[in-house]
Amino acid sequence: MSDTIFTARHAMGRPVAGQALVAADGFSARYDLDRLQGVFSRPGHKLAGQSYLDRILILDTAKGGVATAWMLHEMQSRHMAPLAIVLNSVNTILAQGAALGDVTLLAGFDVDITAQIAHGAWVDIDPATRTLRVVQPPASSTLSTLSSSSTSPLLPVHGGGEGGVSKVHGPASRARR
Amino acid sequence: MRLNDEEAAMLAGEAGTVARTVIEHQIKVGDFFGAQDFVPVSQAHIMADTESLGQAGVMWLERLADAGDGRVRIPTITDPRGTDFEKASLLGQAEWMLELERRAIDAFTRLGVSMTDTCINYQTVLAATRGEHVAFGDTGVVIYSNSVSGARSNFEGGPSALAAGLTGRTPRYGFHLDAQRRATLRLRVDWTPRSLNDWGALGGVIGRLAGNYWQVPVIEGLEAAPTSDQLKHFGAAMASFGSVALFHLVGITPEAVRLSDVGGDALPVAHRIGQAEVRGLQQSYAVEKEIDVVVFSAPQLSLFELRQLAGLCEGRQFKRPLLAITSPQVKPDCDRFGYTAAIERAGGTVMSGMCFYQSYAREIREAKGWTRLATNSAKMVNILGGYGYVPMLASMEQCVDAAETGELA
Repeated sequence: MSDTIFTARHAMGRPVAGQALVAADGFSARYDLDRLQGVFSRPGHKLAGQSYLDRILILDTAKGGVATAWMLHEMQSRHMAPLAIVLNSVNTILAQGAALGDVTLLAGFDVDITAQIAHGAWVDIDPATRTLRVVQPPASSTLSTLSSSSTSPLLPVHGGGEGGVSKVHGPASRARR
Repeated sequence: MRLNDEEAAMLAGEAGTVARTVIEHQIKVGDFFGAQDFVPVSQAHIMADTESLGQAGVMWLERLADAGDGRVRIPTITDPRGTDFEKASLLGQAEWMLELERRAIDAFTRLGVSMTDTCINYQTVLAATRGEHVAFGDTGVVIYSNSVSGARSNFEGGPSALAAGLTGRTPRYGFHLDAQRRATLRLRVDWTPRSLNDWGALGGVIGRLAGNYWQVPVIEGLEAAPTSDQLKHFGAAMASFGSVALFHLVGITPEAVRLSDVGGDALPVAHRIGQAEVRGLQQSYAVEKEIDVVVFSAPQLSLFELRQLAGLCEGRQFKRPLLAITSPQVKPDCDRFGYTAAIERAGGTVMSGMCFYQSYAREIREAKGWTRLATNSAKMVNILGGYGYVPMLASMEQCVDAAETGELA
């Protein structure tokens, strides 16, 4: 079994692996999230009602104001931050917030990353090589089926802690820059 | 990033633990964006309401202040706080929110930050000038300073703006670079707004079209130069809807005397925007007739906006709360000229030093039962949906009418 690899222009943070929440929509911690409940709360957001806890967010672009620079740090302090954020286009605020909050961030692809990754896919991210890899779900996990209208908490995924990179089956078949 | 001797000394801890902590943060961000070096900045402006900081952010500030070996090196000021301490009970804010605010203020003060608590510092404190490198937070401040004043700033979130204040520099990337300030999106406007909410809605339409931070719209077709307040609402909404940090108005803003000055002549007209597009955005928020509260905020009101509002309040008695929020610099004149009295005689309230959406808006809604909110701020309607409000965009006149009747006409 081979995996698909995408290479970003910008990266920071720790290696992580987990299940992706994917939407062709923007991201702002203030505008879009109920940070106490850990769900997307802005009506009209394509992930409205969905929990982002321990998920890798794959979205189009950073939106809105400067609050995210503090909020990622605050969310991380309560273990209520997403596992990683992956964007087609990043703004300065997301990068500053990820730097302070120690949230893994990947941004800038030659393809529309939201169109390349299936909602609910398992991915791993290595900031050192600026790569995102679509992988097979860990054999021990129970794969949750993500629905855009789901309001129920999603199943836990691996990754995020020390050495939290999942095993990958087979060599990478395709690299994109 | 290349570091000069002074920066290398900071990184080595020779200038203290505070300088080392914050320059490490700046280098991390600079490396992410491929910055080659630092650029000295002359002012910093910090967004730091405690709803955003939370306990963790306030503790981070306190650790810096407690270290005792670092203070800001350049004039460094603050965006609105999360409350007006004198009016907190009217907002239903809890004591723990106020205590968190007090702790943040104490830490900032110990670091040498001036608590101006304003998002309209370009109208009230010290406007940046053309070519001046600054480190400003609050997207409305950045887009106005970049576009109208010709200054150079990225969106600097609170931690990075404070870092810039403490080191006197910021990584040289983004809108500090000439190349990033060229137009990328050419737009033609076929209708020139007049009211503030129309200007805000036009900014929102353009922000949506631009879509991300790195787009620089150049706009042709405006029939007259907008006022500072009109540009304030226009820019704040564009930044809010699109994360845009710089626009050019041909023949109006300083870097685009001619379309060709910013490379706009090499771009096709990507969109034409008329009154229908502006009305379309406004109508998308017109979902209810009844309202629970009227709020004028985001950005804070200028003295002239308060003057207009005071005139509209004369002879009225409001059925619904009306909040008008301004800066601590403007409020004394608002009092002195009788505007506060006129607004409050009608049943409204003038607050200062805060901004509604930065003041625990979700908790205010729950405490006060305010869900249906009327405002003339396009920026605010874009934000408050996520906090559980049903925000509606209308003119200042319509909002005042709604405070009196309980319904938006």
